[in-house]
Amino acid sequence: MKRRFVVLALLVLAGPAWAENPAEHPAECRVAAHLAVSSFPLPQVARAFAAKKLDILVVGAGSSQLPGSSGAKNAYPARLQQALADNLRGIEVKVTTDVKSKRTAAEMVKALPADLTATKPALLVWQTGTTDAMLAVDPDQFSQALDRGINAAHSAGADVVLLNAQYSPRTESMIALGTYAEDMRWVALQQEVPLFDRFGIMRLWSDLGTFDLYSATKKLDIAEQVHDCIGRLLADFVIAAAKPEEQPMNGSR
Amino acid sequence: MAPVPTERDLRLDLFRGLALWLIFLDHIPSNAVSWITIRNYGFSDATEIFVFISGYTAAFVYGRAMRQHGFIVASARVLKRAWQIYVAHVFLLAIYLAEIAYVANSFDNPLYTEEMGVLDFLKNPDVTIFQALLLKFKPVNMDVLPLYILLLAWFPPMLWLLLRAPSIALVSSASLYVLMWFFEWNLPAYPSGTWVFNPFAWQLLFVFGAWCALGGSQNLARWIHSRTIIGLAIAYLAFAFAIAMTWYFPHLAVFVPKFVGDAIYPIDKTNLDVLRIMHFLALAIITVALVPRDWPALKSRIFWPAIVCGQHSLETFCLGVFLSFAGHFVFTEVSNRLLTHVIVSIAGITIMVGVAALISWYRQAERKGGGPRPPAARPGFAGGDA
Repeated sequence: MKRRFVVLALLVLAGPAWAENPAEHPAECRVAAHLAVSSFPLPQVARAFAAKKLDILVVGAGSSQLPGSSGAKNAYPARLQQALADNLRGIEVKVTTDVKSKRTAAEMVKALPADLTATKPALLVWQTGTTDAMLAVDPDQFSQALDRGINAAHSAGADVVLLNAQYSPRTESMIALGTYAEDMRWVALQQEVPLFDRFGIMRLWSDLGTFDLYSATKKLDIAEQVHDCIGRLLADFVIAAAKPEEQPMNGSR
Repeated sequence: MAPVPTERDLRLDLFRGLALWLIFLDHIPSNAVSWITIRNYGFSDATEIFVFISGYTAAFVYGRAMRQHGFIVASARVLKRAWQIYVAHVFLLAIYLAEIAYVANSFDNPLYTEEMGVLDFLKNPDVTIFQALLLKFKPVNMDVLPLYILLLAWFPPMLWLLLRAPSIALVSSASLYVLMWFFEWNLPAYPSGTWVFNPFAWQLLFVFGAWCALGGSQNLARWIHSRTIIGLAIAYLAFAFAIAMTWYFPHLAVFVPKFVGDAIYPIDKTNLDVLRIMHFLALAIITVALVPRDWPALKSRIFWPAIVCGQHSLETFCLGVFLSFAGHFVFTEVSNRLLTHVIVSIAGITIMVGVAALISWYRQAERKGGGPRPPAARPGFAGGDA
C-alpha cells in the first residue's frame, strides 16, 4: 500500500509538466514517461508528418501481442496507432504488424525485405531480444542480425526504433536478458538509432508498484494496461524524435 | 625441475574465497550490491581468478600425487574429483528444475506468454535432462562447473606434460588458444549456440595457473617484481577502469577515440579475450607485489572468513549458486528494496562462511579419528580441495 502513496506523490509532482499534453495518458503510464526519451532523430517520420501520411511497420515476437480474441486490438501496436491518431490530427496513421511468437532477430530479418516492400513504412519498430536470450543465441550473431535488419530498413527508406525485451522478474533467473539488452543498446548507439527501453520502463513500474508484474493472475487486465501504456509512450517517443525542435530534450544533444 | 613449495600458499585460498563471494553477488539477478564487484571496474571478473587459482591448486595437489604415486593413481584422483563436481552440478540442476517447475505451475500471467516459453523444456524432459547430463543444456549462471569438469577431465595428460616439460605444456596450451581463435572452435550447447565459457579458451588460464604452481612462478619472480612491469600493470588497470566508466556514464564515451573503441570492442568473455587475460595478469602482478606470501595478516582473523571459503571451494561454490537462486526468490516473493539486497547479500556470504567453517571443523575432527567408526574419506586431497 505504501508504494501506491509514493506513486501518488510522484504523480502530484509530475502533474504540472503534463498539463499541456493534448492526450492525457493514464497516471500509470506517465510515471515512466521520463524513460521514453529518444536520443536520435527520425527524419523519415518527420517527412511523413509533412506529407500527412504515416505508415509504421511493427515487427516483433510474442511480447508484441496479447492472447484472446481482442488481443490484437489491445496489444501495443494497435494502442500505438490509436495514440498517434489522437495526437496527430490531420495525419493518416496506419500501423501494420508482422508479429509471430518465438522468433529470433535473425528469423525476423529474413521476413523483413518482404514486409518492407509490402508496406513501405516511414518507420520500422523492431521488437526483439527475448527469444534470442531464451535460446542463448550467440551474442555476436544477434548483434549482426540487428545490424542487417537496421541496414535493410534504412535502405528501404525507413527509420528504425529498436524495442527491447519486457522486464519479467519471475523469469530473471532463467533468461539471461542482460547480455542481449546490452547488445541492443550498443548496436543502437553505433547505428545512431533510437532505442525504446521497454525493459527499463517496466522495471520502473515494477519497482514503484505501478503494475504488479509478479502477479500470478491469469486475467488480462494488467497485461492490457501495460500494452496500452507502452503504446502511448511509444507514440510520444516517436513524435518527440520526429519533431526535435518542438520538444528540446537536452541542450547538449 | 624447480623445487615446489610444500606449504600451502594462503593467498590462493584468500583470493579464491573472495572470488567465490563475488561470483555469488554477481549471480543474483539485478542485485544492487553487485556494484561492488570487480567486473564493473575493468575487463576481467571473478571467473578468471577462480579458474587460475583452480589450475594452480590442482597442479599443487595432484602434481605431488603424480610424483609420489605415479600417473595412474594421480589421474584416478583427478577424475574422481571431476566426477564429484559433475555430481554437484547435477544436484544444482535438480534444485534449479524444482524452482522452474514451481514457477511454471504457479505463474500464468498472459503478459508473459512468450517468456514462459523458457519453461517449454519441462514438456519434454526426455530431451532436456539428457542434454543437461551431457553438459549441453546449462541453465543461466550454471556454466562454470561444466567448464571445471572438462578442464579436470583433460588435466591428467596435461599434468604429465607439465611435470616433464613445463614450457612445452604451456606453449601447447597457448597454441590451442590461438587455434581456437583462428578456427572458432567451441563446444555446442543446447538448444542452440555454444558453451558460454569456451573450454578451448579458458584452459589457457587453468594451465597457466598449473604452470605457475609447478615452479613457473619462481621463474617469473624476477619479471613480476620489476618496476617497469608493475608500472605497466598499473597503467593498464587505469586504462581498463577508464573504459569501464564509459559503460555507466555514456556521456564520457565521447572521450574514447573511435580507433580505440574499434580496437577493443567487443570484449569477448566466452572466448576469454586477450584484454581480459591481460587485465587479470595486471591484477595478479599488483596483488603479488602488495601481498607477500608470508604476510602475517594472512593468518589473522580478518581474512579467515574468505580463506576458509577458498579452502572448500567446491562446496562454497555450489552453495553460492543455490543461495543466488534463493536470493532471487526472496527478491520476487518478499521484497525487492535496496535494504533487502544488502541483507540478502550479507546473509548469503555469512552462510557461505558458516558452512565452510563447519566443513573445515568436520574434516579436522574426522582426520583426528575421534569418531566411533573409522573415517570413510581418507585425507586423499592433502592440502585441501583442488
